[in-house]
Amino acid sequence: MTIDSVRGAPDTPKVAEPELVQLLTPEGERVEHPDYPLDLSAEDVRGLYRDLVIVRRIDQEAVALTRQGELGLWASLLGQEAAQIGSGRAASANDMVFPTYREHGVAWCRDVEPLKLLGMFRGINHGGWDPKEHGFHLYTVVIGSQTLHATGYAMGVQRDGVLGTPSAGATIAYFGDGATSQGDVNESFVFASVFNAPIVFFCQNNQWAISEPLERQSRIPLYKRAQGFGFPGIRVDGNDVFACLAVTRKALENARTGQGPTLVEAYTYRMGAHTTTDDPTRYRLKAEEEAWKLKDPIERVKAYLVRGDLADAGFFQKIEDEAKQITRELREACLALPDPEPLSMFDHVYGEEHPLMTEEQEQFAAYLASFEEEAAK
Amino acid sequence: MSTLTLGKALNAGLRKAMENDPKVLVMGEDVGKLGGVFRITDGLQKDFGEERVIDTPLAESGIVGTAIGLALRGYRPVVEIQFDGFVFPAADQIITQLAKMRMRSLGALELPVVVRIPCGGGIGAVEHHSESPEAYFTHTAGLRVVACSNPLDAYSMIQQAVASPDPVIFFEPKRRYWDKAEVDTDAGAADWTPLHRAAVVRPGEHATLLAYGPAVKTCLEAAGAAAEEGRELEVIDLRSLNPLDIGTATDSVNRTGRCVVVHEAPVFNGYGAELAARITEKCFYRLESPVLRVGGFSTPYPPSRIEDHYLPDLDRILDAVDRTFAW
Repeated sequence: MTIDSVRGAPDTPKVAEPELVQLLTPEGERVEHPDYPLDLSAEDVRGLYRDLVIVRRIDQEAVALTRQGELGLWASLLGQEAAQIGSGRAASANDMVFPTYREHGVAWCRDVEPLKLLGMFRGINHGGWDPKEHGFHLYTVVIGSQTLHATGYAMGVQRDGVLGTPSAGATIAYFGDGATSQGDVNESFVFASVFNAPIVFFCQNNQWAISEPLERQSRIPLYKRAQGFGFPGIRVDGNDVFACLAVTRKALENARTGQGPTLVEAYTYRMGAHTTTDDPTRYRLKAEEEAWKLKDPIERVKAYLVRGDLADAGFFQKIEDEAKQITRELREACLALPDPEPLSMFDHVYGEEHPLMTEEQEQFAAYLASFEEEAAK
Repeated sequence: MSTLTLGKALNAGLRKAMENDPKVLVMGEDVGKLGGVFRITDGLQKDFGEERVIDTPLAESGIVGTAIGLALRGYRPVVEIQFDGFVFPAADQIITQLAKMRMRSLGALELPVVVRIPCGGGIGAVEHHSESPEAYFTHTAGLRVVACSNPLDAYSMIQQAVASPDPVIFFEPKRRYWDKAEVDTDAGAADWTPLHRAAVVRPGEHATLLAYGPAVKTCLEAAGAAAEEGRELEVIDLRSLNPLDIGTATDSVNRTGRCVVVHEAPVFNGYGAELAARITEKCFYRLESPVLRVGGFSTPYPPSRIEDHYLPDLDRILDAVDRTFAW
C-alpha cells in the first residue's frame, strides 16, 4: 500500500460491483430478498411507473425552461427517479420529509405542486409550499443542514410519546454523497444515535458532488459509516424502485416503532449535470454515463410490466400523453407566474412586529410611490 | 420579593417558563446534572426530567440544528451555548437556517428558539471565553438580539424571549452573573418592561451614555463619578439590540446634546457604529459634538492579565465624556 502525496489517501482496491439490495434487475426480472419481501399488485407497479415517467418529464421540462432563461437554476433528478419515488412512496401521511434541493420526485409523492418547485427556482420565493400540509419541509440549499432539523424533529416525535402507536410518524432526511463529508450530517448521526431518534437517513449516492467523485468524500462505502455511529446502514440499488420502496418502508417502520435510526444508501447515478450551470463533460467519462444508462430506473420497470404482460401499449401511451399534458400545463403556468410585489420582501421576516422592518417598508413604499406621482404629473 | 443574583434570576425565569408551558425545553452541553458551567440551569433536569432538560452531545451546530427541528415539531427549545467564542460552529445554523425559515416558508413555519450566550470578558478566562459577538447576529435579519444587564431584567427578559414567536439570541453578561438585586418573582408580564424597549436606568441632563449588557454597570459607575464633579450623565440600557428602541435613545440625546456609546466589542464595525450613525441622522441639529464610541480594540480578545485594559472602564468612559465637552 502506498501513500499518494497529492491525493493523500492510500491506494485501495476498487470493488467492481457493490453489494446492494436489489428486487428488480436491470433486465426487469423480479428477484427476492429474504429481508425485504415486497408484495405489489400490478396496479401498484403501474402506479410506480407512472410516477417515474411523470417526474422525469417534469424534470426535463424544468431543464428546458432553465435553458430558455425562464428559471435561474435547476438541479436535475435524471437517473435518480427510482430512489426518490421508491422512498417517497414508502413514506406515510404521518411521516415528515426533509429534502435537499433535488427531491422533485419525493415532492411529487408528497403532493407538492411541481409549479411550486419551479417558482422557487424562478425566483418567486424561497419555498412556497406549507411544509406542515404536505409533510414535506422546504428545500435546503446549504448542504446537509436539514439532516439536523430532521433529527430534532424526530426527537420531538419521541417526546410526543407516539412511537409504537398508529399515529406515530417517522422522519426521513435526504442528502447526497457529498453531504456525508459535512459536519452537520455527522453531528446528526451522533444525535440520532445517542437519542435513538425515529429517523431514516436517505443518502442518494449519485457518485458525484458537482465535479468531485465519491473517492473525494469517503474511503469506505457510505452505508458502512452508520456502523461507526451505532446504527444500521443498508445499501440499496438506487435505480430499483422496488428495492428502494421495500428498504425504506422497513426502515421507516423500524423508526416508528422505536427501533431508532437507519442509514439507507441508495446507490445510483446522476445522469445529468449537478445543476444547469454545471458541465459534466469536464470531469467524467462518457463511458461511465453509458454504463449507467443500461441500469435506467424506468426502462427496467417497463421491461417488468411487459414481461409479465401487466401493461399493454395503450397503457404506456396513456402515461406518455398524461406526462405531456402535465408538463404543457406546467410550462404555461410557470410562464404566467407573476413577479412578487417588491414590498413583499419585508413580509414574514418576523412573527412579532419589528419597528425597523416597518420603518424600512414604509420608506421604500413612499420611494416607489414617488415614481408614480412623478409619472402622474 | 427575593434577592437574587443575575444567574439565579435566569434560573428562576427559565423554571417559570418551563412550568407555564410544557413545550419549553432546555438543551445544551452540561445543562442537566451539572446545571451548566455557570449553573444557570441548576436543578431543572431534576425537576423537569431528561426529556425536557437535554444534555446534548458536544456539537454546537448539532444543538442549534436539532433545536430548529424540535421547534418545527411544536417545541420551544432554549439552547445554551457554553461560551460566546463557541457559538461560531453554530453560526451557520443560526444565520442560514434559524433566521430565515419563517420568511422562506412565507410565514407557515415559526421558530421560537432562544439561543442563550454567556458573553463578554472580565472573568480571567482563557481565549474564546470572553468575546462579544453581537454584531454578527444583529446584522442578520430574522433574529431578535437582546442583552440583559441586571437580575430583574434577566428574570423577565428570558421569559419574554421564550414566549416570542421569533428566534432570540439572548446575551448574558457573564461577569455580572453574581450581581444581586431585588426581583419580584410574583410579578407577571404586565409588570415588566416590554422586551424590545430600552430603559433609562439613570436620568441626567448633560450627556447620554448608551450601553447594554455588562457595560451598563460600568456606565452607571461612571455616571456616579461624573456626578461628583457636577456632570449629570443619563444612562440608557438598550436591552434589545435588534429591534433597537431608537426613540428612547434619541429622546435622551435631543435633551442632552451629547452621546457616548459604550460596549465591550471592538469599536470598528461594532454595534456602536450603528448607534452613532442613527443618532447622528436623527439628532443632527441637537448634537453639540460628534457621537463618540468607547469599546474594545481591533485585536483578538487579549490574555486575561491585560483584559482590564481592553474592557472599557470608568476612566475611559469619563475620558470620552470629557472629549464630548471639549469639542
